[in-house]
Formats: sequence, structure tokens, C-alpha cells
Amino acid sequence: MDLQIFLLLGQDGVTNGAIYALLALALVLIFAVTRIIFIPQGEFVAYGALTLASLQAGKIPGTVWLLLALGLVVIVLDGVQMLREGRYGKLPSLLIFNLGWPLLCAAVLFALPPGDLPLALQVLLSLLLVVPMGPMVYRVAYQPLAGASVLVLLIVSVAVHVAMIGLGLLFFGAEGSRTPAFTEVSFELAGAPLQGQTLLVVAASAALIAGLYFFFERTLYGKALRATAMNRTGARLMGIAPTLAGKLCFTLAAAIGVFSGILIAPITTIYYDSGFLIGLKGFVGAIIGGLASYPVAALGALLVGLLESYSSFWASAYKEVIVFTMIIPVLLWRSLTTRHVEEEEE
Amino acid sequence: MSHVIPSHLHDHEVILDVRDLRVAYGKVEALHGVSLSIRRGEIATVIGPNGAGKTTLLSALMGLLPASGEIVYMGHAQGREREVEALVRQGMTLVPEKRELFAEMSVEDNLLLGAFDRYRTGHRDHLETLDEVFEWFPRLEERRGQLAGTLSGGERQMLAMGRALMAKPKLLMLDEPSLGLAPLIIKEIFRIIGELKKTGVAILLVEQNARAALQIADVGYVLETGEVTLSGPSGELAADPRVVEAYLGFGKKH
Repeated sequence: MDLQIFLLLGQDGVTNGAIYALLALALVLIFAVTRIIFIPQGEFVAYGALTLASLQAGKIPGTVWLLLALGLVVIVLDGVQMLREGRYGKLPSLLIFNLGWPLLCAAVLFALPPGDLPLALQVLLSLLLVVPMGPMVYRVAYQPLAGASVLVLLIVSVAVHVAMIGLGLLFFGAEGSRTPAFTEVSFELAGAPLQGQTLLVVAASAALIAGLYFFFERTLYGKALRATAMNRTGARLMGIAPTLAGKLCFTLAAAIGVFSGILIAPITTIYYDSGFLIGLKGFVGAIIGGLASYPVAALGALLVGLLESYSSFWASAYKEVIVFTMIIPVLLWRSLTTRHVEEEEE
Repeated sequence: MSHVIPSHLHDHEVILDVRDLRVAYGKVEALHGVSLSIRRGEIATVIGPNGAGKTTLLSALMGLLPASGEIVYMGHAQGREREVEALVRQGMTLVPEKRELFAEMSVEDNLLLGAFDRYRTGHRDHLETLDEVFEWFPRLEERRGQLAGTLSGGERQMLAMGRALMAKPKLLMLDEPSLGLAPLIIKEIFRIIGELKKTGVAILLVEQNARAALQIADVGYVLETGEVTLSGPSGELAADPRVVEAYLGFGKKH
């Protein structure tokens, strides 16, 4: 292996690692706040990428129907409760978010030929279509079980994952899609070509991580999420409802997922089920961080990206095996160095 | 025992009126028909031994435990579905026995989160409220950048109270504020509680330290094994031989 290949592989690894890092952060966030191991995180990546690909192909993405359907289910669930309790004041916002919004998106899609829109608008539209599904999925699948054990929540996650994969196949078909690159710019670094797209992915990931840092350190809503992760009873006494925290972090996680999907869509061919493996690699990063530490999770995910890239050169048939085997020494090391703490039952 | 309210307070607005409150853990009933009432600018104290149900009473009032009975808060009868967050919005706050601070956050962030619900509902006066809280507890201002988990016991209690005051409560419920604190700090905390009532907040103080609690309270309730056995103006209670013998023990050692 010469320097040129080394650099090329490194570039690949850092690009993928940046995406895994974003997903690892989302997984740590959701676990810290809600105790949910969010397996469907990867599906948001695939949905984001494939929704963008559909728009670029000039088709109406099937995700708009899912958005409408989920919105209706949320309205039925929450609306019945609100009517029963006589809280009519909250009905308008419920209807606007869960019915008005999806209908507006659908109207835009049918009014404007999506294929002719500028790329930036297509990206925006993909985000607007898929991100609201995050809090909706939370409301429909997790909120009724918010107090359940980690294992029950994990089982729900598996179910949501399977359902989303199936719907993905229905909406996007079995063929993979790849979107055109955002930029054709290319540089040269020590004799190896450096793709503009790579730089874009790394820069966008870094910007998003900086934005998340700002959100958690500087805004009251970010602090409220951290507070919920630290002490749920204390947070409730401050008026921070667990459902508010749950919806907020699912919105963030969905946004991170869709954003990642849009970033990698020009680099890799994405199939309806590609999200799972991508999400799982983010999960390996999150495990390295013990599902608790954001910086360690991000670094772990970067390591996963590099390991995957170099192992695809030396032992490409085994690259997934190598990446996932990495969990074993990490878990061994963690279980030997961490004192066991009984999980607090609520 | 019926609840006795001193007549001179009748012109004050009733903040909380509880009748026949019952709370059960499974089949075991922990509170058997407790009644009490608190007015604006008044301190009511609930004293009693360990395990009498004092913390259960506060948890039930705050909506953390399901309860049956009649709870009228600010003139509105409460339904069966009482949610903590809804009560916080209506100005009810609880400083729990365990304090429930956000240990890995700074003192200032803990305080700011106390104003979260006001911030969420569009009140952007949290920085002024923060200054007011720092006036009550100058110690917290000195420690504003320090992590809450590194504070001493007394400072933690001050932080928990300061955080509750950030919500500008109408009813402040304090669960054993003297628990585990040094005598000098207890004195300071009780002095502040006594002064807080001038702001018009109604305070429900649950204490094992009966002497200190009856000194600053207007009315008192004695809670024993889930029932109110005595109640009345705190001056009368403090003079009642039964209270003296069981909780104040002037000169008598058991």
C-alpha cells in the first residue's frame, strides 16, 4: 500500500466516520433522555436519501403518504384524549402540526414538479417531509410505553425498524438510488485526489456537531433535555414533561438521520434497507462511548469509519465482521473497568 | 380532627384546600383522609414522626402519586388526572426531600431550569428572577459556575429552594428542608422561609424538626400514621401538652 492509497482510504474512512459520528450522537441523545435504544435511526438515513432521490427523479416520494398517515394517527390518539379532558385550546396546534403540515407538503409536491426545483429546495423539502416523522413515531410507538423497561423499549424499536424497512420497500422499491454530487470540485492532496463532496460531508457534519453543542450548552431547551437525562423526577418538577423531552430528542435524531442520508446519498448507493447497517455502525460508536459520552461516541464512530475503510482494502470480504467484532473488546474492557451500577427503577 | 383556621386570616385567599385525601401504595393505604388548608402568605407546617406519611402527602399533592379525595387549588377543583407539569404551570412547586438537583450542571443552569416552564409559556423575565433569587441566597451567586453535585448539603438545599423560587410559585412545598444540615444552616434556612412568606407565597412546610417549624408557621398539623391527629394555630399547638411531650420534649427525656 503506498501513500496515495493510504490517503484515499483515510479520506473514505473520515467521510463515513463523520456520518457514523452524527448517528452515534443521535443514539446517545435518545438513550440518555428516554432510555430507548433507537434501532430505526438508520431508517431515517435511508428515508432521507431516498426521498431526495425520488424528488430528483421527478417522482412524488411515498414518504408523504406515511407522513399523512402518521399525522392522522397522532391526531386520533391525542385528539380523543384532549376532547375527553376538555383541553380544547391545544387542538389547533395539534391539527396544524399533524394534519396541516403534511397536507401543505403534499400540496407543494403536487403543485410544483419536484424534479425541476433547485437542489437546495429539494434538500429542504426532504427534511420537511421526513423529520416530522420523528416525533410522530415517538408519539405512536413509544409514548404509551414511556415508563417501560429498556428491554421492552428495545423490542418496540425492533418492531418500528421492521415496519419502516417494509414501508421503505413499498415506497422506494428494491432498486438503489444515488443522487448527483452536490459539488464537482476536486483538489489534490499529496498526490491523492480529494473530492469536494468529502470535504462537504466533513464540514457539514462538523457544523452540525457544533450546532448541537451550542443547543445543549447555551439554550434552555437544550439544558432541559440534559436535565431530563440526568434526573427525570427533578426535570418533571421543573415542568419539563418526559413526553416533551422525548418528542424534542426524536425530532433532533430524525433531523440528524435525514441530514446524514442527504449527505451520503451522492457517495453511496442507498437501498431501502441500507440504513440499518449504517445506523448499526453509528451504534458501535455509541457503545464505545458507553451510550453516555458524546465526545467518546463521536471519536469511536470516527474510528469505526477508518477501520471499515482500511479493512475493506486488506480483507474486503470481512469488513463488516471486523467492524462489528470491535464491540467485543470494547464491551470486555468496559465491563472490567466500570463498576456495575444498578439501574434505578422508576 | 377538623382543620382549624385562625379567624384573622379569613380575608386571605385560600390557595390550597384538601379534604379527605387518601393515598395507597397497592393495597396498603398510607394516608387515611387527610384534610388541610393554606392561604396566601401563610406558612402551614405538617409535623410528625418518620413514616407518618409526610412525604407521601407532598408527593400526592404534587401529582407524583395517585390520590383520591378533594383537592381544590386556587379555587379550582382538581380532577383525578393530575399531572406534575400542569401543576407546575399553575404555580405549584415542590422542593423534594432528596432535592433532585441536576448534579452535573452548574448552579446557574439549575436555577435557570427552574424557570423553564415560565420561559416556555413566553415569560422572558428569568434573568430578573435570577437576581432576586441571588438576593435571597447570596451564597448561590458566589457559586454560580460550580457544578451542583459539588455543593455542600446546606448549599444544595439553598439551590433546591432557589430553583423552586425561579418558577415564581404561588404554593411552595418544602419537604424536610432541615434534613442532614448543621444547626447554624438550619437557622439560616428557616429565617429565609420565614421571610419568604412576605412575598405572598403560600408555604407548606413538612418537617421533623417540630420546634423550628412551629416557630415560623402560622398553622400546624400533626400527622401520625397517615392521619391528622392535631391541628391548629402553631402557637396553640406548640403549647399543647401532647405536642410538647411527643415532639418538643421540654426537659423531658424519653
